[in-house]
Amino acid sequence: MKAKTLLVSVFLVGWSLVFGSNANATALEAFKGEKGTVKIAGGTAHIPVVKEAAKRIMTYNPAIQISIAGGGSGVGIKQVGEGLIDIGNSGRKPTDEEIKRYNLHMFKWAIDGVGIVVNPKNPVTSLSKEQTRNVFAGKINNWKQLGGTDKPITVYTRDEASGTRAVFWKKALAKGDITPRANFVVSNGAMKSAIAQDPYGIGYVSVGHIDDTVSAVTFCGVAPTLDNVKKGKYTIARGLYSNTKGKPGGLAEKMIGYLLSSEGQEIVSEKGFVPVK
Amino acid sequence: MIKIHEKLIEKVLLLSASVSASLTILILGFMIVLGLPLLTGGLFFDLLTQPWSPRQELYGIYPMVMGTLAIAFLGVLFACPLSLGCASLISVLGPRPVSLFLKRIVQFMTGVPTVIYGFVGVFLLVPFIRELFQAGSGMCVLSASLMLAVLVSPTMILFFSDSFNQVPASYLNAVDALGGSRVQKLLYIVLPCAWRGILTGLVLGTGRALGDTLIALMIAGNAVQAPGSVLDSARTLTSHIALVIAADYESLEFKSIFACGIVLYMFTTLAVIGIRAFNPSDRKTTL
Repeated sequence: MKAKTLLVSVFLVGWSLVFGSNANATALEAFKGEKGTVKIAGGTAHIPVVKEAAKRIMTYNPAIQISIAGGGSGVGIKQVGEGLIDIGNSGRKPTDEEIKRYNLHMFKWAIDGVGIVVNPKNPVTSLSKEQTRNVFAGKINNWKQLGGTDKPITVYTRDEASGTRAVFWKKALAKGDITPRANFVVSNGAMKSAIAQDPYGIGYVSVGHIDDTVSAVTFCGVAPTLDNVKKGKYTIARGLYSNTKGKPGGLAEKMIGYLLSSEGQEIVSEKGFVPVK
Repeated sequence: MIKIHEKLIEKVLLLSASVSASLTILILGFMIVLGLPLLTGGLFFDLLTQPWSPRQELYGIYPMVMGTLAIAFLGVLFACPLSLGCASLISVLGPRPVSLFLKRIVQFMTGVPTVIYGFVGVFLLVPFIRELFQAGSGMCVLSASLMLAVLVSPTMILFFSDSFNQVPASYLNAVDALGGSRVQKLLYIVLPCAWRGILTGLVLGTGRALGDTLIALMIAGNAVQAPGSVLDSARTLTSHIALVIAADYESLEFKSIFACGIVLYMFTTLAVIGIRAFNPSDRKTTL
């Protein structure tokens, strides 16, 4: 488990008042006088938002410690269900069976797209639904077939626990095959750096993670941008969920409340996701 | 008084020894019990030969077994000449300050965490291999086994050089008396006398290479296919366990990783039996 989990623990100790607490006082006031720890793990698409929220909360009230780990949506749901963590994030809606077995309560606080990415040096910038399926199934295996250079395509995919993979597989590949030759990476961040490094690679990543190091590919003529996801034009989209076992209480409830507050939703759009409110 | 003390200490030590010994056996028992649904009905052998394709309800671990063997043995193959040369320099050929310095470095290397090697592999070795061969992503069997060679060689070097040092001094003096050179000493006396130690070191290195997770997970690419060439991406049993462990507890995917555990356990057991077989002198002292 440790080998897999990229621990992104944030421990901000000290009274660094970089973010003026007065300006944000309204939403953060809920944390006044609180004390304790919140353990969060799961979906890696959530990390930028949750990390920023945790930073602001811990700056406002240093007596609260929030630890954030990755692992993937499957890990998030499983660990929160087993009571190992307080909040389990998932980039897909937990299945009915999971909800029933663990008595999960879900909170959707953002909408995210899953974009196809290639290396910035790659001249291929758009793919049809058919082409995408064939590339990931390994039927198209040279960039020349797509109008690129005469080089074999390296397909990157995510592990079984990934919600990003579940959504991409369902909505972009229509539950089609993924070639057994595909390389596996274990987080959205790892996918981005793998594609940024490999000139002939192709993969998929949460829209919030797309930046200059990778080039986003238009899918069926629609670019994976925040705007298109918001308008519903870009179809490979999903909700970002935070799940708790039973009704959340204490700090977990306040943490989720903060993500759903206007300030939390501001962080959501700042980090490249679509707010739900 | 002293006798009671001694008895007490003896009992405490016996307790800790039996706890640690029984742990190993308990782990095997645990894996067999949890893997029992797979073991009964011959499903276990199906698993060993089938491909991995959860969508078609095939949970075979054949690609991972082949990936593990390919990466581990290639790694030891690369590490072997490196370690032999290094150990020879440390124990026989090198001048004292050089060999002492080298030995310190090698001892230090045994303590470097594998994740560091993984990082070096991702950022230096993988792009290099990709550009050199112009095929695939660079995340392949070759990259992983090269990095694994760096990981296992310190263990092998220290083991080799220890066994070189155990060659009786009278033999070495005899070579000196006959006017033999250092190279002759190494080739005709030290290597033939220390062959058991060399074999044991090799088996030990193989065991370590089979069990390593992070290097293969980070730079072998983790594709679920039996590698056809050294430039193919592959997945080891250990990284397979790490990648699948997040799946649903009730699913067959999850249950199948117990088969991985049992196979890995068997590999390691074979390695240990190998060490015992090659080292009868060691057995005499322990029994």
